[in-house]
Amino acid sequence: MATLDTSNRAKFKWGLLDAVVVVFALIPVLWIMSLSFKTTATLTDGNFIPREWTLDNYRTIFQTDQFVRALVNSIGIALISTLIAVVLGTMAAYAISRLDFPGKSLLVGVSLLIAMFPQVSLVSPLFNIERQIGLFDTWLGLILPYITFALPLAIYTLSAFFKQIPWDLEKAAKMDGATQGEAFRKVIAPLAAPGVFTTAILVFIFCWNDFLFAISLTSTERSRTVPVALSFFTGASQFEDPTGAISAAAVVITIPIILFVLFFQKRIVAGLTSGAVKG
Amino acid sequence: MSISSTTPAGAATTDAEKRAGTAPRRRGRTPLSEGKKQERKLGWLLCAPAALVMVAVTAYPILYSFWLSLQRYDLKFPDERQFVGLENYATVLTNSYWWTAFAVTVLITVVSVVVELVLGMGLALIMHRTIVGRGLVRTSALIPYGIVTVVAAFSWRYAWTPGTGYLANLVTPDGAPLTERASALAIIILAEIWKTTPFMALLLMAGLALVPDDLLKAASMDGASWWQRFTKVMLPVMKPAILVALLFRTLDAFRVFDNIYVLTNGANQTSSVSMIAYNNLIKGLNLGIGSTMSVLIFLTVAIIAFIFVKLFGTAAPGSSDDGGRR
Repeated sequence: MATLDTSNRAKFKWGLLDAVVVVFALIPVLWIMSLSFKTTATLTDGNFIPREWTLDNYRTIFQTDQFVRALVNSIGIALISTLIAVVLGTMAAYAISRLDFPGKSLLVGVSLLIAMFPQVSLVSPLFNIERQIGLFDTWLGLILPYITFALPLAIYTLSAFFKQIPWDLEKAAKMDGATQGEAFRKVIAPLAAPGVFTTAILVFIFCWNDFLFAISLTSTERSRTVPVALSFFTGASQFEDPTGAISAAAVVITIPIILFVLFFQKRIVAGLTSGAVKG
Repeated sequence: MSISSTTPAGAATTDAEKRAGTAPRRRGRTPLSEGKKQERKLGWLLCAPAALVMVAVTAYPILYSFWLSLQRYDLKFPDERQFVGLENYATVLTNSYWWTAFAVTVLITVVSVVVELVLGMGLALIMHRTIVGRGLVRTSALIPYGIVTVVAAFSWRYAWTPGTGYLANLVTPDGAPLTERASALAIIILAEIWKTTPFMALLLMAGLALVPDDLLKAASMDGASWWQRFTKVMLPVMKPAILVALLFRTLDAFRVFDNIYVLTNGANQTSSVSMIAYNNLIKGLNLGIGSTMSVLIFLTVAIIAFIFVKLFGTAAPGSSDDGGRR
């Protein structure tokens, strides 16, 4: 068995399969990158490698308020939502995995329901409620639904991580006179940091990706995020074809995702699979 | 239980524990020790913020949505607002656009989920078993998962548009595939599959990791073929993971919005239910009809989830009472 698996033929076979996956996964990304570097004249040549390279598209988008504002909104909203969702999720996941209290399974059930909730069903009521209380077209108006839909993800992933942390350390800390709260802060929190970090990445990706809430609950540059700005992009002037500019903007918001994936591949895979097995 | 019922969360608990049917620990007949009481209090305290946000942002709006759906309420004619009972439901349910969108959504959901299950299983096997370049393959597979859907959708849109695209002329020499219904739907489905197969594969890989290597070795010693090992050993062990993946992806696919918005904007009858709900609300500013569609989509999703849980019983998530320590 072992000799067969490591034979060159097996290696070649797996290598070929790997290549298929890599090509399948990367082609659309490479295509939009290629478009973003093309000059207006060569935009329609259908070539995968630009014949004439240019940074004009990037210069154009960074000179427009429309894009820069949207980028600031996207970053700010995603970071704040991630921070809050991870803090609240950590508290809840700690309680779920470590403490015994009535109502626990109810909370798990509710988060599961929300994970399955059709987001479009919230669009009309939230639109009206936010209009009435002045949250429409504000950062907070987007942060609230993002936290809500990120929480189930955070709670599931974090409880899966927390269950792997050795109990005895907490007990030992308590025996040494620490209260439950101190045991949490001083013993469990440092051990849980990698899980919390992974969860933060997953939650950030979720918030960064949203389009439906962002397009329904915003109306101006004040809180429009990049995915929405992209869909309204018209280029530098009204008469210019926005393809190059949209491509450049698309590449810019793909950069954080590519960095996460390159540097934290193992953590992301672990985070997604650990939550799933238990779920 | 008698003690906890004096607190607000107590009533809910009885209900939840009845449903979960487990509750292995001491019942509350004996008075709780000081430490246990503190533990409960801390538990509630830590969960309260998360629970409050989740309930406030979903439960209240969905009820409010139901209330709005019973009214004629058009923001363009706010003075004509009035209670009309189930009239909006009759309007939507007898409307051919709604049913076309519903059929489109079901088609996209079924086709993409079935294809994703097959491809996802293949990808999961590759990511789990490959002996070369495992890191590379996993990293690449995460890109579609992580990328912003709108970005990917633009890439597909340009790819399939004559002029900017490399794919448009591949299939139809002089056509514009995004402007014809059948090919546009196929492209939407393709974009969905590309984006979410890795997620499906990761969920399946979690199940794959549970298959004991010894069992596979034993089966292969006994002369089982690769296919037999897959169907007789792997699939049964993976069944819970497969069902979880199917349930989540089905519900997720049913909400399809981003890809359609960018690829066709619903032209040529390619709207999903999410698309027409959005159009009625944001473009049409018709809160009554928009809310009615919201409620109908919510009910449909609830029914799908219910069928999954009923059909597959304990294998489905939620019924497994994950919250308990096992």
